[in-house]
Amino acid sequence: MSQHYPVLLVTVPLLSAFIISGLSWVKKSLCFPVALLALGTSVFCAISLLFRVLDLGIVEYHMGGWMPPWGIAYRVDLLNALVLVVVSSVAFLNLFATHKSVQRDFPEKMGIFYVLYVLFVTGLMGITVTGDVFNLYVLLEIASLTAYALIALGQPDSAPLASLNYVFIGTIGACFYLLGIGYLYIMTGSLNMADIASLLPPIYHSKAVLVAFIFCMVGVCIKMAFFPLHVWLPNAYTFAPNPASSVIAPLMTKVMVYVMIRLVFSVFLPDFSFHVLHIDHAIVWLSCLAIVMGSLLALNQKNIKRMLTYIIVSEIGYMVGGFWLGNRLGMSGAILHILNDAIMTLCLFLAVGNIAYKIRGLDFVHLKGLFRKMPITMAAFVAAGLSVIGVPPTCGFFSKWYLISGAIQAGQYGFMVALLFSSLVNVVLFFRIIEIAYFEPMETHHRVVAMRDVMEEAPLTMLVPLLIVAVSLVAVGIYSGNIVTHIILPVLPKGIG
Amino acid sequence: MEIIHSIRPLLAVLVSLCAVPLIASSRKANIREGWTFAAAILKFVIIVSMLPAVLRGSQFTFTLWEFLPGASIGFKVDSLGMLFALVASSLWIITSAYSVGYMRGLKEHSQSRYFCFFALALSATIGVAFSANLLTLYLFYEMLSLATYPLVTHHQDQEARQSGRKYLTYILGTSIGLVLPAMLIVYHLTGSLEFTTHGLLAGEVSKGLVTLLLLMFLFGFAKAAIMPFHAWLPAAMVAPTPVSALLHAVAVVKVGVFSIVRVLTGIFGVEILSSFHLDTVVCYIASFTILVGSLIALSQDELKRRLAFSTISQLSYIVLGVALLSPKGMEGGIAHIAMHAFGKITLFFCAGAIFVGTGKKYISEMVGIGRKMPITMTAFFIGALSVIGLPPTGGFFSKWYLVLGTLQANQWPMLVVLLLSSLLNAAYFLPVVYKAFFCTEQEAMFDNIVQEGPIWCVAPLVLTAVISVFLFFYPDIFFRLAAMAIGM
Repeated sequence: MSQHYPVLLVTVPLLSAFIISGLSWVKKSLCFPVALLALGTSVFCAISLLFRVLDLGIVEYHMGGWMPPWGIAYRVDLLNALVLVVVSSVAFLNLFATHKSVQRDFPEKMGIFYVLYVLFVTGLMGITVTGDVFNLYVLLEIASLTAYALIALGQPDSAPLASLNYVFIGTIGACFYLLGIGYLYIMTGSLNMADIASLLPPIYHSKAVLVAFIFCMVGVCIKMAFFPLHVWLPNAYTFAPNPASSVIAPLMTKVMVYVMIRLVFSVFLPDFSFHVLHIDHAIVWLSCLAIVMGSLLALNQKNIKRMLTYIIVSEIGYMVGGFWLGNRLGMSGAILHILNDAIMTLCLFLAVGNIAYKIRGLDFVHLKGLFRKMPITMAAFVAAGLSVIGVPPTCGFFSKWYLISGAIQAGQYGFMVALLFSSLVNVVLFFRIIEIAYFEPMETHHRVVAMRDVMEEAPLTMLVPLLIVAVSLVAVGIYSGNIVTHIILPVLPKGIG
Repeated sequence: MEIIHSIRPLLAVLVSLCAVPLIASSRKANIREGWTFAAAILKFVIIVSMLPAVLRGSQFTFTLWEFLPGASIGFKVDSLGMLFALVASSLWIITSAYSVGYMRGLKEHSQSRYFCFFALALSATIGVAFSANLLTLYLFYEMLSLATYPLVTHHQDQEARQSGRKYLTYILGTSIGLVLPAMLIVYHLTGSLEFTTHGLLAGEVSKGLVTLLLLMFLFGFAKAAIMPFHAWLPAAMVAPTPVSALLHAVAVVKVGVFSIVRVLTGIFGVEILSSFHLDTVVCYIASFTILVGSLIALSQDELKRRLAFSTISQLSYIVLGVALLSPKGMEGGIAHIAMHAFGKITLFFCAGAIFVGTGKKYISEMVGIGRKMPITMTAFFIGALSVIGLPPTGGFFSKWYLVLGTLQANQWPMLVVLLLSSLLNAAYFLPVVYKAFFCTEQEAMFDNIVQEGPIWCVAPLVLTAVISVFLFFYPDIFFRLAAMAIGM
C-alpha cells in the first residue's frame, strides 16, 4: 500500500472530485465531508511519504508500470515531500476552517466550490510530485483553470473581470512554459526530468537550451507573480471569495517557486543555471526590486486583503532572491520560506476570512474597535503579522535569518538592505491596522467598557483552525533549525557553497 | 569559576509569563492583583536564591533550545545579569503595590490588560538580564518592545496613539534595521553569538568593520536612548506613571544600556575596543547625550518629561562609565544601573502621587506642594539627591566611582562632563524641591492642610527613598556584583 502513496496523493482527490460533483445533485451537505475525507487522505499520504523519504531516500513511482523516460514517473525527494505536506495540510485546514463561510456565502454553489477546490489541490499536488516536465504542465493547467473558476465565484461585479484578467496572463505564462519544454523536447527528445538533466550537459552552450530556460523561467515567473509580472495577482486574490483566496494565496505562488527550484535543481542543473548563464546577480537585483516595490505598493492600500496580496508579491521576492544567491544559506532560506510563508499567509487570510464573516467590508475604516469585538482572531492576526515582520521566535524570523545570512555570505548587501527595508515597512503595515483596530473608535480617557457585551467572535469551527495555524507559526519557528538540517540541506545539490 | 546547570534562570523568566493567563482570567480585582504579587515575589525569591552562589563566583546556565549551532535560547546568570535582575525584580514588587494605588486611585480602564502586559514585560526584562547569547537577548528585547506598546498607549487616546507610533518607530526601527543585521554579521564572522569574557570578535576583524558594528549596536539598542535615538522616551511618558516609573526609568531603558554593556564586554571585548581606540568614540557619543539631555531637562515644565530627559542623560553615564574601560569607571557605570534605578523610580513615584493627589502635571503648578504632601516631597528630595549624586544616598557612590574612573583612564574632558552634568542635575531638580517647601504665602498654590496620596502610592515611594539612603551606608552588594562583572 505504502508504495502507492505518491499516486494516491493525487488520485484520491481527483476521483473524489467526481464523487462530489455527483453528490452535489443528490445531497449538498455530503460534499463537504467527502472533500474533507479526500484531503485528509492526502495529508496522511504526504506525511507518511515525508517520513518514508527521510528513512529510505528518494521514492520513485512509475505510472502504469511504464519505465521512464517513456512513462510518467513520480519522483519524491525531501524537497517535494516537504512541499506536499505543506500543500495538503494548508488545503485541509483551510477546507475545515472555511466551511461555515461557504455555507453562508454561496450555499447554492457549494457543490461546484468543493469540486473546484479538490481539483485545485489535485493540480498543486500533481505539480509537486511529478518528475515529468509535460505532466507538470498538464497539472499546472488543472490548478490554474480551477483557480480561475474559484476566483470567479466572488463578488459578481468585480471577481469575473479579475478572473478573466488572470486567465489571460496566466495562459500567457503557461504558454511560455509549454514553449520552453517544447524546445527542451526538440533538443533532447525527452520529457522526463532526470533524463533531460542527463542529456543536457553536452549542449549547454546551445542557443535553443538557453531559449528553453528563459521561456520556462518567464512562464514560471508570471505564474508566481514575480514583480513586475505580478499585475494579475492583487485583483484576483482580493476579489476571490475568502474561502478560495485563503487556499490560493498561500499555495499557488509558493508551488510555483518550488517549480522554479525544481527546474534549476533537476532539469537544467545548478551548473548551467549559475555557472554557464551568470544571471544570478541580475535576478537577485530584480528580487530586491520586487521586495521593495511589493512593500511600497502594499503601503498604498486601503483594504486589508489587498494589502496582503502585495505582501505576497514582496515575499515572492524573498524566495526568488534567496534562491538565486546561490549559496546553501540563501537556498535554505528560500525553501524554508516556502513553508513559512505558506503558514503566515494562511494565518493572515484565515483571520481576514473570520473578520469578513462578522464584518461587511474589509477596508481599513471597517476595522475599528476590532480588538474588542474579535480578540482571538486579532491575536492570531497579530501573531502572523509579527511573523511577517520577522520577530523571534516566529517562523518568519528564521526565514530572514537564513536569507540575510545568505546575503552576507554572498556579499549581496543590496538584498540584505531590501529585506530589512521590507521588514520595516511590514512594521508600518501591520501596526497601522493594529492602531485602527485598537484605538478606534476613540475612547474617552477613563471609559470602562465591559468586554463581554461587545465581543462577537467567529464560530468555533473557524477559530480553532486559525489558532492551530497561529501556534504552528511559533512551533515551526522553533524547529526551523531541525527542518533545515534534516530536510532542506540534504536536498541541495553538491557543489553549492 | 564554577558552572551550575540549573533550571532556575528559566523559572525566573517564566514565573511572570505563567501569571499572565491567571491575571487575565481573574474576575475579582483583588485576586488579580494577588496573582501579580505572587508572581513578583516568587520571581524575586528565585533570583535571590541564586545570589549567594553568584557572589561566590559561580554561574548558573541553562540551554533551552538550540536553533542552530552557536545560536540557541540559552540563559546564563552571572554577576552583571544578577545585578540587573535583582534591581528589576525587587522594584517590580514595589511598583505592583504602587500600580494598585495609582490605577485604582484614578479609576483607570482595562486594568487587567495593564497588569497582564506588565507581567509580560517583566518576563522579557529578566530574559534579557539572564540571556547567555545575543540571539536570546534579541528575542527578549523584541518581546519587551512589543509588551510595552499596550502599556505606553494605555489611554487609547490620540496622544497615546502618536506616542505609541513614535515608540515603535524608534524601538523596532533600530532593532530590526541595525541590531538584526549587526547580529547576523557577527554570526557570519565568528559562527557564534555567545557572550564570552574576552569578546567574540577579538582578533577576527578589521577596524572599519568593528567601528561599523559598534555604531550599529550602540544606536541599534535605542532603548538606551542615546541621542539622536532618544525622542521615544519623553513621548512614552504619556503612559500611566507606574509604567514610566518601572519601565521607562528602570526595566526598558536599562535593558537598552544592559544590552550595550553586554555587547561591549561580551562581543567586542575590552582589548579590541582599546586597541582600536573605539572607547573614546563611545565616550564622546555618551557625553554629548549626557550634556544635551541635562540641558533639555532644564527647560521642561512637565515633571515627567523633565524626569525623562534626566533619565536620557543618566543612562549615558552608564555607557560612559563602561566605555572608559578603567576598572573604577566600569564598576561605577554598572553600579549606576542599580543606584540610578532606586533614585529615579522614587522621583517617578512622587510625580505619580502628586498627579493622583492633586491632578497636577506641571512643575510651575507645584509651588508650595511640600506643605500639602510633605512625605512625598521629602522622598522626592532624597530621590533628587541620589540622581544628582550627593550624600547621603547611593547615587553618590556610583558618581564617585565614575569620577575616579575618568581619572584612572586619563580622560580629563569626561571628568569635566560629569561635573558639569552634576551641576545641571542640581539645577533642574533642586528648584522643584525648593519651591515646594520654601515659598511665600502669596506664591503658594496649596493650602497648609496635609493631604497625601493614597497609602498604596505613598508607602512604595517612602520605601524606595529609604532604600536610596540605605544604599549610601550599604552599597556593597551592588558594587561587589559590579566588580565581579568586570572580572576583579
